[in-house]
Amino acid sequence: MNIIVCAKQIPDISEMKIDTSTNKPIIKGTPQIINDIDKNAMEEAIKIKEKHGGKITVLTISPDDCKERSKELLAMGADEAVIVKAPENIDYHMTAQLIVESVKKIKEYDLILCGEASVDLFSGQIGPRVAGLLDIPQLTYALKITSEKDKIIAERNTGDKIVTTESKYPALVTVTKEINEPRLPSLMQILAAANKPINEWAYDSLKKDLSSYVETIDLKGVKMERKNIIFENDLDESVNKLVDNLAKDGVIGG
Amino acid sequence: MVLVFSDNKNITIEMLSKATELAKEDKSKTTAVIIGKKDENLSKEYISYGADKVINVESNIESYKAEEYTEILKQIIDETKENIILIGSNKNGKELSARLSGILDCGCVVDSNNIYFKDGKLTAERTVFSGKSIAVNQFNSKRAIITIPSKAFDPNKKDEKRKGEIIDKKIDAKQTKSKNIKEQSLKTEGVNVEDAEIIVSCGRGLKNKEDIKIVQELADVLKGHTVGCSRPIAADLKWLPEEHWIGLSGHKVKPKLYIAAGISGQIQHIAGMRDSGVIVAINKDKDALIFNSADYGIVGDLYDVVPKLTNAIKQKMG
Repeated sequence: MNIIVCAKQIPDISEMKIDTSTNKPIIKGTPQIINDIDKNAMEEAIKIKEKHGGKITVLTISPDDCKERSKELLAMGADEAVIVKAPENIDYHMTAQLIVESVKKIKEYDLILCGEASVDLFSGQIGPRVAGLLDIPQLTYALKITSEKDKIIAERNTGDKIVTTESKYPALVTVTKEINEPRLPSLMQILAAANKPINEWAYDSLKKDLSSYVETIDLKGVKMERKNIIFENDLDESVNKLVDNLAKDGVIGG
Repeated sequence: MVLVFSDNKNITIEMLSKATELAKEDKSKTTAVIIGKKDENLSKEYISYGADKVINVESNIESYKAEEYTEILKQIIDETKENIILIGSNKNGKELSARLSGILDCGCVVDSNNIYFKDGKLTAERTVFSGKSIAVNQFNSKRAIITIPSKAFDPNKKDEKRKGEIIDKKIDAKQTKSKNIKEQSLKTEGVNVEDAEIIVSCGRGLKNKEDIKIVQELADVLKGHTVGCSRPIAADLKWLPEEHWIGLSGHKVKPKLYIAAGISGQIQHIAGMRDSGVIVAINKDKDALIFNSADYGIVGDLYDVVPKLTNAIKQKMG
C-alpha cells in the first residue's frame, strides 16, 4: 500500500500575539508547527502500513522553510518526505495544483490522507480539491478507517449523521482529530529520521504559470470587548453580585 | 448570474437574499437549484423568496455524495454559465464546494458571512486564526464559489406573487468507485444549540457524567434548558452527544447568555461562542483563559458555584 500524507506547516495560533494598537494578529515571529490534524492523518497512515506493508510519503507545500517539521513526521513513521517550496501568495487553488503535480511525480499511490482542515484557517478545501482534480473518490471527515486489501471504509461525521462510505483504491481520505491519538516518536526514531530522504522540489518545475484565484488583501483585527468583571472573594456575595448584574443586563428574568 | 444551492431549505432561503443583492449589482439574475425529487411547492417557495429561476433536478442518486453532486452542478453551471455560486456551509456543502472549485478551476471561500463588491471585484470575508482575525479575500478568478453558514443573512420578505421560471431536469450522474453503505442519525434528543437563547456549558471541570445534572438544573431555572459542552466532554469522554459540542469543530453559537462552567477556555472553544451576548465564566483556576473572554467571572469550583447560582436565580426569578 503506497500512501501519501499531505501535511501543512501553520502558525501556532495559541502563541499568536495581537498588535494592541490595531488589534491585528502578528504572524511574523509566531512559532510554526505541523497542523495537529495532519498528525492524525499520519498516525492513520502508519496503522495502515503496519497492516498491509508499503511506503508512506509525506508531502508539504510551503512558502516557508519547513524541513524541521517534515523531520517530525519522518520520525513518527514516514519513509520519505517531499517539500515543495511555494510562492508567498499561495492560495488553495495553487496548493491543490502543486499537490496534484507532486502526486503525479510520485506516481505510485493507493491512498492520499490529510487532515479535514488546518486549524489556522479551517477551510478544509485541499482534500476535496485534490480528489476532484485527480478524479478519485473523497471520503471526508473520517472518525474511523478500516483498510482492506481492495477497498477502504470510512465512518464519516457529516454533522447530523454518521455516514459509512466505502471506496476502491485509489481514494482520498480526510480525517478528524477524534480518529486517533498520534504517537510520539522515540529518541531512536528521531535520530533515525535524520537519515531518511527529503526531496525538495521547486514549484515552477512542477507547474508553470500558476497564479492565485483568491487573494487575501487584509487580515483585520477583531475586537473582543468584554467587561472582564471577576468576583473572587466570598462565594455567596459573588453569586449575588453576578445575578444582579445579569438582571441589569436584561439577560435573565425576562 | 448568481446560483444558489444547499440541501438545507432554510440556508437556501437565507442565501437567496444575498444572491438578490449581488445579482442587482451585477445586473444579472438569480437561480436556485434543487437536487432530489420533483418538488413544485419548494420551487415556488424559492421564487417567492427571490429566485428568478429554479432548476429542479431529478436524478438516480440515492443519497448525497460529493462526487455525484459535483457532476450534476458542473453540468448545470457549464450550461447556464453562472459566475457566482453560493453554497450552504454545512459539512456536505463545504466538501462539495471545494471539489467543485477544483473541477471548475475557480476560487473558493468557505464560511463567509460578509460578501460585497470592492473595486469591481467580488470580496468575501471570513473568520480565521480561531477568531483572532477576519481575512478579507478578493477573487481574481472569473468564477467564484462561496459557502455561507446558517443565519448569516436575513431572508427576503416572502412575496407569493413574485414570478419566476421553473425548469425540471433529469440528470443521471455516472457511477463512481465509492458508495455509502450505512447512515446513522446523530440527532438523539433534538437539541439545537445553534438556536438556543441561553446556554450553560460544561467542560473538564466536571468529574463524573452524572454531574451534568448540576449544569442542567441551572439551564432549567434559566428557562434556557440547553446544555452545551467543550471538546473533552463530547469528543473524548462522550458524556454528551456531539450535538452539544460548542467549538471550532463543533457548533458555533450566539445565545444572549452563555455560561461556561469548568471550561478552561482553549481558543478552539472560544471560536464557537465568542459571538454570544453576555459571557459568564466559572472556574476554580483564577488564571484560566476563559476569564479573558468573559463579561463576568466567578473564581470557584463549579460544584460549589453552580448550585448556589441556581438557587440565587430561582429566588430572583420567583
